[in-house]
Amino acid sequence: MSDVVEKTLTALPGLLSLDSQSTKLSSTSKLGNLIRGITELTSKHEEEKLIQRELTSIKEQVSSPNTSMRQMKELMVRAIYCEMLGYEASFSYIHAIKLAQQGTALEKRVGYLAVSLFLNESHELLLLLVNTVLKDLQSTNLIEVCMALTVVSQMFPKDMIPAILPLVEEKLNHPKEIIRRKAVLALYKFYLIAPNQVQHIHNKFRKALCDKDPGVMTASLHIYLQMIQENPEGYKDLTTSFVTILKQVVGGKLPMDFNYHSVPAPWLQIQLLRILLFCSTIFLCRDVAALCIHCVSLFFYCIQPLSSFPAILYESAKCIGNFVLSLKINLKYLGLKALTYVVQQHPKLALQHQMTIIECLDHPDLIIKRETLELLFRITNAQNVSVIVEKMLEFLPFLKIMLCCCIIYTLFIVLILFSYEEYTYAPDNEWFIETMSTVFSVGGDMMQPDIPNSFLKLLSEGFDSVEEDRKLRLFAVDSYVSLLQGEPGKLPQRFLQVISWVLGEYSYLREELEAATVLRLLAKLLDMKSTSSETKSWVLMAMTKLCEGGAGVSVTQEVCETYGSSLDTVLRQRAQELQHLSQDCELRARVLPRGAGLEPLEVDSSLSFLDGFVSEALAAGAAPYKAPHQRQEELAQAKALSLEPYGLSLPISMSSCSIADRQSPTLLSVSSGLSGDSPDLSHKGGSTTLKLDGVKRVWGREGYLSEREPVEESAHVEVPSPLQSPSQQGEADSSQSQTLTPIPTPQPEQEKQQLASSLFVGLGSQSSVCLMGKSESTTQRFRRKAKGTVSSSGASEQISNSLASTPSTANHLLCNNLLDSNITSDLAVSSLEQTSQLSQGPAAANGICDVELTGSDMSETSPTLIRDNGVVAADPAPHEDPDKLKDLCLRTHLPAEFSGLCHSEITPLCTNQTLDFSACHLQKEDSLALVAFIYNCILMFCSFQVSCVCDSPVQEARSHSVAVCQYSLTVKRPSVHVEVVGTASYQFPAGTPHSAQFSYKLPLTSFIRPLTVSTEEYGAMWLDFSHDTKQKLTLISDGQEPLTDTLNVLKKKLQLHVVEIIGMEGIVACRLLRDQPCLMHCRLHAGTLSVWLRSPVPDLPDCLMYHCQRALQEH
Amino acid sequence: MIRFLLLFSRQGKLRLQKWFTAISEREKKKIIRDMTTMVLARQPRTCNFLHWKDLKIIYKRYASLYFCLAIENQENELIALEVIHRYVELLDKYFGNVCELDIIFNFEKAYFILDEFLIGGEIQETSKQIVNRAIEASDMLQEGDSSEWFEVELFG
Repeated sequence: MSDVVEKTLTALPGLLSLDSQSTKLSSTSKLGNLIRGITELTSKHEEEKLIQRELTSIKEQVSSPNTSMRQMKELMVRAIYCEMLGYEASFSYIHAIKLAQQGTALEKRVGYLAVSLFLNESHELLLLLVNTVLKDLQSTNLIEVCMALTVVSQMFPKDMIPAILPLVEEKLNHPKEIIRRKAVLALYKFYLIAPNQVQHIHNKFRKALCDKDPGVMTASLHIYLQMIQENPEGYKDLTTSFVTILKQVVGGKLPMDFNYHSVPAPWLQIQLLRILLFCSTIFLCRDVAALCIHCVSLFFYCIQPLSSFPAILYESAKCIGNFVLSLKINLKYLGLKALTYVVQQHPKLALQHQMTIIECLDHPDLIIKRETLELLFRITNAQNVSVIVEKMLEFLPFLKIMLCCCIIYTLFIVLILFSYEEYTYAPDNEWFIETMSTVFSVGGDMMQPDIPNSFLKLLSEGFDSVEEDRKLRLFAVDSYVSLLQGEPGKLPQRFLQVISWVLGEYSYLREELEAATVLRLLAKLLDMKSTSSETKSWVLMAMTKLCEGGAGVSVTQEVCETYGSSLDTVLRQRAQELQHLSQDCELRARVLPRGAGLEPLEVDSSLSFLDGFVSEALAAGAAPYKAPHQRQEELAQAKALSLEPYGLSLPISMSSCSIADRQSPTLLSVSSGLSGDSPDLSHKGGSTTLKLDGVKRVWGREGYLSEREPVEESAHVEVPSPLQSPSQQGEADSSQSQTLTPIPTPQPEQEKQQLASSLFVGLGSQSSVCLMGKSESTTQRFRRKAKGTVSSSGASEQISNSLASTPSTANHLLCNNLLDSNITSDLAVSSLEQTSQLSQGPAAANGICDVELTGSDMSETSPTLIRDNGVVAADPAPHEDPDKLKDLCLRTHLPAEFSGLCHSEITPLCTNQTLDFSACHLQKEDSLALVAFIYNCILMFCSFQVSCVCDSPVQEARSHSVAVCQYSLTVKRPSVHVEVVGTASYQFPAGTPHSAQFSYKLPLTSFIRPLTVSTEEYGAMWLDFSHDTKQKLTLISDGQEPLTDTLNVLKKKLQLHVVEIIGMEGIVACRLLRDQPCLMHCRLHAGTLSVWLRSPVPDLPDCLMYHCQRALQEH
Repeated sequence: MIRFLLLFSRQGKLRLQKWFTAISEREKKKIIRDMTTMVLARQPRTCNFLHWKDLKIIYKRYASLYFCLAIENQENELIALEVIHRYVELLDKYFGNVCELDIIFNFEKAYFILDEFLIGGEIQETSKQIVNRAIEASDMLQEGDSSEWFEVELFG
C-alpha cells in the first residue's frame, strides 16, 4: 500500500498538502474555534449558551442561498459536533440530504456521513435520499458508488428497497471487489429488514460465497449465518464448503494482511465456526472438532458452544482450566463463564478449580464476583446450600446499585431455598427464618412482591409434618417479635407486611405471649411516619385477627379512633372492620377462624349478591356503573362541552331540571331536545363540537339500553379477582409453579416430576430447574427461566396489587392453593390443554415454532390397523424391501376420516435403527392436520411420546407396527415457511429413554383457504386492515385475458377466492386458518400486475406476496 | 451484532458515537449517561466486560480515551475487544500516532474509517491495508476532480 500512497504523494503534492493542512490546521477553522471555545468554558450553563449561539449561526448560514457547498460541508461538520454534544440540530437534517445530493466528492461524503449520523431508518426524511442514492449507484465514479452503498447498508427505508434492488444486485458482478463487498453487505441489510424482498437472489449469495476475494466471501457469511440460524436444515449442502474455507483459513491460505497479530483472520474463523455450529451438529462433530483444536477459535470463542461437543470436551476443559487460572483478568472472566456453562453437564470440572473459585469470590472486581456467584449457584446442593446462600447474601448490599441483578439474586436465593424437596434442603428452621429475614431486610422494597407472597404461602401451607410446621411458625413469631422490639423503623415495608401477617396469623402459637403485647407492637408500627398506607392496612388486618377483648381493647380502640376518620378509604374500612370485629366476638370467630388458613374462602367474584341492589338502584334512576378509567376517558373527551351520558341516562322527566342545575343552557336545550332519542341525533341538534365517539350509547332506538351494561361491568370487575377465567388460571398456575411453591398434597417424587414434565415439556426454556433436576438446564434455559419468573411474578403482582389489601392477598394465596390441588386431581384432563396454552410463550421466544398445535388428538393405532400390521409383520416381503413398500404401507394407516382428502407426500423426518418417523399433512376445510407415523422397526415393544409444541400422551407401539398421531395446526404468526419442531422420545421396556428431534416444514400456502365475501363486504374490510404491502408481479400473458388468467393461476395454486374482476382491476380474498383474512387488490399496469395486499395480521401480506410471486414464476 | 460504539474521554465527554440500530434520542442520551458512569467507575486492573440490560459492554481505555462497544448476548467478548483494538490500529495508521486531539478535531475522518471497518453492526473488512486504501482513495478525491487514474491506482 505504501508505494501506492507514495505515488500519489509525488503526483499530487498540492492536493495532499491541502488535505494535510486541513488536518493540522483545523485549530484555525471554525470547528476548531468552537471546540476550543467549549474546552475553555467552565460550566454546563455557559456551554449551553455557546452551543445555542453556534446553532443559531449555523441555522442562518445553512438556509442562506449564498452558502457554497464547501461552506455547507464545514457547517455540517459543526452541526454533527453539536449533535454529539447532545444538542438537537434537526434543522440541518434536510440540508445534510441536500449536501449528499448536490455536493461533489468530499462534500457528498460529509453529506452522507451527516445523514447516517442524524437519521435512523424510520425517519421520514430518508425518503428524500432515495433519488440521490439511485443516481450515485449509477455513477461512473467508483467512490460515489461506494458512498451510496455504504449509506444503503447502514439504513434504508424498507418500502423503497425494490427501487434500488436491481442496481445493488447488478453490483454483485462489479469488477472491483470493494463494490462487490459493499453490495453484499447492502443485501445483507435488506435481508435483515425485508427478507422476502431478496428471496430470489439466494443463488447470487452462493456466488458471493465463492468469490475469489476473501473480503466478499467474508461479507456473504453474514447473510449465511442469518439464514442458517433461521433454517439450519436448508443449507446442509454448504456445510462442506464452510469446513473447507475454515480449513484454508486455519491453514494460512489467506493473504498476510488478513492476519491479526499473526493469527490468520480471527474474525473470519469465528464467523465460520458460528455458522458451523448452527449447521447440523451430528454432521460436523468429528471433522470440525478436530479442526477447532487447531484453530484459534477455540481460544477465542469462549468455548461455550464448543463444549457441547463431547468430542472436544477434554480439550475445552483444559482450555477452560487455563483461562480460569490465567492472571489476565479478562481471560479469567471468560474462563468462569465457560465453567458455569460446562459445569451443568459435567459438575466434576468445577472440582479441580475449587481454590480458584474461592479466590475469585474475594476478587475486588464485582463483575468477577458476580460470575463466580452464578457459578456457585449452579453447583448448589443439599450440602453446600447454606454456605452458598451466605456468600450470596454478603453480596446483596453491593448490588443495590445494580437493581436488576439484585432482584435476580434475591430470586436465586429464594429459589434455592424453596427448591428441591422444598425446605428440607435448608438445614433447619432457625436458619431458614433468619436467612429469609436477611433477604427481606436487605432486598427490601426492591424485591419482587412475589417473594414475600411465596414465603407466606410456604408458611401457611406448611410441610409434611405438623410438628415441624408449628416449630417453624413459632420460630418466625419469636424472631419477628424481637425484631419489632428492636428498631422496626429500619425495616423495609415489604418485610413489615410479612411480619404483621405472620404475627396476626400465628402469634397465638406462643402461649406466653399476650395478644396485647403484640397489639402494642403493631400499633407502634402504625405510628411510624415511614410506614406506608399499604403496610398500615396489613397491620390493621393483623390487629383485627388479634383483638380479643382483654388488655388489647384500649389499644384497638385508640387505633380505631385514629384511622376511623382516615382519608384513605382502605384504611378507614380496615379500621371500621377492626372496631366491629373487636366488639363482636362471635362474628369475628366466624369471619376469621383461627388457623383456618388453608380452607378456601368462597369469593363471589361476579358480585352477584349485589344484583338486586344494582337493579333497584337502576330502576330508581341511578346511572350505570363505570370503571374509573372509562370515566376518565369520557371526561377527557367531553372537555370541550361535557355532554355526559349520565345526563342522558336519566329518566326523561328528570333530565331537564337536573341538568339545568349543573350545566350550560346550550346543553340543556340539547339534552331536553333529544331526551329519549338516540344520541346520534345530537349531532344535528347540538353544537358542532359535540364529541360522542367514546360515549356509551345508553339510549337506542328501541329504548333504554342500560340493561346489558351492569353485566359487562361486573365482568370487568371480575378480572383482578382470584377466580379467573380458564386462561388466566393457566397463567396463574404457571406463575405458581414457577415460583416453586410446594404442591400441598404429599406425593412421591416420581409423580411430581411427571407433573412437572407434563406441564413444562412444551415450555422447554422454562422448565423449572428445581423440579426437573438442575443438571438439565443449560445457560440459556436458565436465563430465560429467570426472566420467565420475573415476568410471571409481574403478572401475579398485578393481581395482588389490584387487590391491595391483606385479606384478599390471603385469598389469593388460598386460591392458588386451590388451583394447585385442582391440577393434581384433574391432571389427566387439563394438562394437555394447559400445556398448549403455556407453550405459546416459548414458541414466541424461540422464534422457531410459529405453529400452535391446538388440541392434539392422539389415536392409538386402531384395532383394524393393528391387524393389518400383524399381516405385514408376518409377511416376509416388507422386511426384505421395506422402503419401497413403506410409503404405501403408511398410507394405509391414514386415519379413516381423512381417506377422502388428498394428503401431501409422506416425508421421513428421522430414521434410526429403531424408529422410523414420518409425517404428512392434509388440508381440511377448516384446519390443517399433521399426521405423524411412527414405525417401530425392531422386534421389541416400545413406548414413546411425541412432543411438538404440546405433548401427546405416551403411546406404545409393538414391534413392526405403526402408530399414528394427528395434530391440528394453526398459524400463530405468519412466515413464508412454517416449521413444526418437536421431539419424539421413546423408551423400550427396561431401557434408557431415547429421543429424536424432528422438524417438519410446510409452506404458508397450506394454511390459506378461500374467503368468500361480497364486493361490499370486501370494501368495508379493506379500510379496516392496517398491514399492507405492494409489489409488481409478472403477468401471465399468453392468453387473451391476462388478468383473468393470472388470477386463475393464483386461485388454483394458492386457494384464493376471486371476488370480482372489473376491467383492469381484480379483487381477491383469502383467509389464513382459522379466521385471519387477507385481501388482495390487483391492477394491470404497464404490462405488470401491481398487487396490493392488506390484512389485519402483520407479516401476512409479505408472506403471501412471496407465495404469489413464486406461484407466478413457477407457472 | 454490534449495537453501538461510543468514544468518550476520562471526563465523560463524548468524542464519537455510532449507533447501529435505530434508537430514539432520549434513549441514546440515557445510554450515554449510563455507559460513561459505569465505565468510568471501573477500577484499574479489572476486567473489560460489563453487563448492561441484555447487552454485553466491552470497553477499553487508550490513554485518556475510552472505547466502549455494546454487543448482543451471544457474541464473544474477546473478539469484540479485538474489534476495538483493530479500530485503534486503523486510526493510528491513518493519523500516525493517533491521540485524542486528532479524533476531536477530525472526528469526521474517524467516522469515515469506522464506516469502512464496521457496517450495520457487522465487521466489513478486517484487512488494515484494504481499509486504509479505501479511505485514502476517497480522501484524494477532490472537488471537480474525477480523474480516472486515481481509482485505478488506489483500488487496483
